[in-house]
Amino acid sequence: MAEEEVKLFGTWASPVSRRIEVALKLKGVQYEYIEEDLTNKSPALLNYNPVNKQIPVLVHNGKPVAESLVIIEYIDETWKHNPILPADPYERAMARFWAKYIDEKFWPAAMKIVVAKGEEQKGEIDEIQQQMKNLEGELKEKKFFGGESLGFLDIAANIIIWLVVAQEALGMDQILNEEKLPVLYGWLQRLLDDAVIKECVPPKDRHLDLCKVKFGSSIASK
Amino acid sequence: MAEEVKLFGKWISPFSRRIEVALKLKGVEYEYIEEDLFNKSPALLNYNPVHKKIPVLVHNGKPIAESLVIMEYIDETWKHNPILPIDPFEKAMARFWAKFIDDKFWAIWPAVKKAMTSSGEKEREEGIEEAQLHLNTLETQLKEKKFFGGERLGFVEISASLIIWIVVSQEVMGVEILTQEKFPALHKLTQKFVDDDVFKQCVPPWEPMVAYFKAQLGVLAASK
Repeated sequence: MAEEEVKLFGTWASPVSRRIEVALKLKGVQYEYIEEDLTNKSPALLNYNPVNKQIPVLVHNGKPVAESLVIIEYIDETWKHNPILPADPYERAMARFWAKYIDEKFWPAAMKIVVAKGEEQKGEIDEIQQQMKNLEGELKEKKFFGGESLGFLDIAANIIIWLVVAQEALGMDQILNEEKLPVLYGWLQRLLDDAVIKECVPPKDRHLDLCKVKFGSSIASK
Repeated sequence: MAEEVKLFGKWISPFSRRIEVALKLKGVEYEYIEEDLFNKSPALLNYNPVHKKIPVLVHNGKPIAESLVIMEYIDETWKHNPILPIDPFEKAMARFWAKFIDDKFWAIWPAVKKAMTSSGEKEREEGIEEAQLHLNTLETQLKEKKFFGGERLGFVEISASLIIWIVVSQEVMGVEILTQEKFPALHKLTQKFVDDDVFKQCVPPWEPMVAYFKAQLGVLAASK
């Protein structure tokens, strides 16, 4: 049998890159990781993703796949054990809907919060707490969005960890707190405690420093 | 067992029309509900409380929103006449390009509107250039890739049918953006849609579409 060759082009601090690492580890797939410098992208990356020129890119036996959610579905369909997406078409649709929501609505809102000031920031916070309430509705009583184990939406929602760290770095009160969002807060603690997730988050100190550099200037000008 | 399939849509929305293409390709009977987006029905707001948008598919009482998510649901529920490829890599390519098209459309459409409604020559030129820049990316990919523009009209092609809206609106407003000369592959694809038995049932009727664009874009132009 031919050897599997799996490469992942990513960056240490990118939530979308880390998502792929979670998916690969959940499947027990061996892979070679290539750290990219986004200010000096490798010829390999540009060759494998000429359209967006972005990470993450998964290269499986020489064939490249880009876009994190597309990659995760590819991984799930290629290595069929330990399923990431549910089997039922309706549940799959819900997982995809909410993952899209996180990337297209939640994340841009989260980025606005860390740079906004005063009244504007308060408005953004209200907005995002409403979004998180919507997510709570999807979680209900479950341990994870995927049920007993991590699923597609849990992996996509890893990006919430990045908001938490950014807020910590900036000395902001946590939006995702036990008082306002008890259900999602509980989920977050379980997520942070998960063995695979723990291997796939940036080292805390480095991450905090990065956030301070990236978002700190907006605080300094207040 | 009786299937109950409802589609909440809008006649002029390319995203709503995509779902009709998918349902027709599968031969699925459905009830269509036309929404007035200035006066959304309680049913729509109930079925899509998060975005409050069309299209929404409701299958046996269970709602699904977001056109690409709906299309995948349709493909996985009614398995004959597959819309997506079977092979995981080809499927990944189809999903990548469909997302690309949607992402680009939201960059192209504002530029198109700007080109069509600006009174200033410079602004109009800027709008045209910007729209053409994004369209060029689509054109290049269409020419090169085997995952887009093949013989079969599948997931990517259904997603790409929204270029018809650009073609129609530019004819209405007399602005040349998606020209056959600059975009031969996209033009060929548009013709394919118009010729296809299923697709042509799902393009809005010509006269009302023209009137709609004249009204919408005309209003925008007049307000500047």
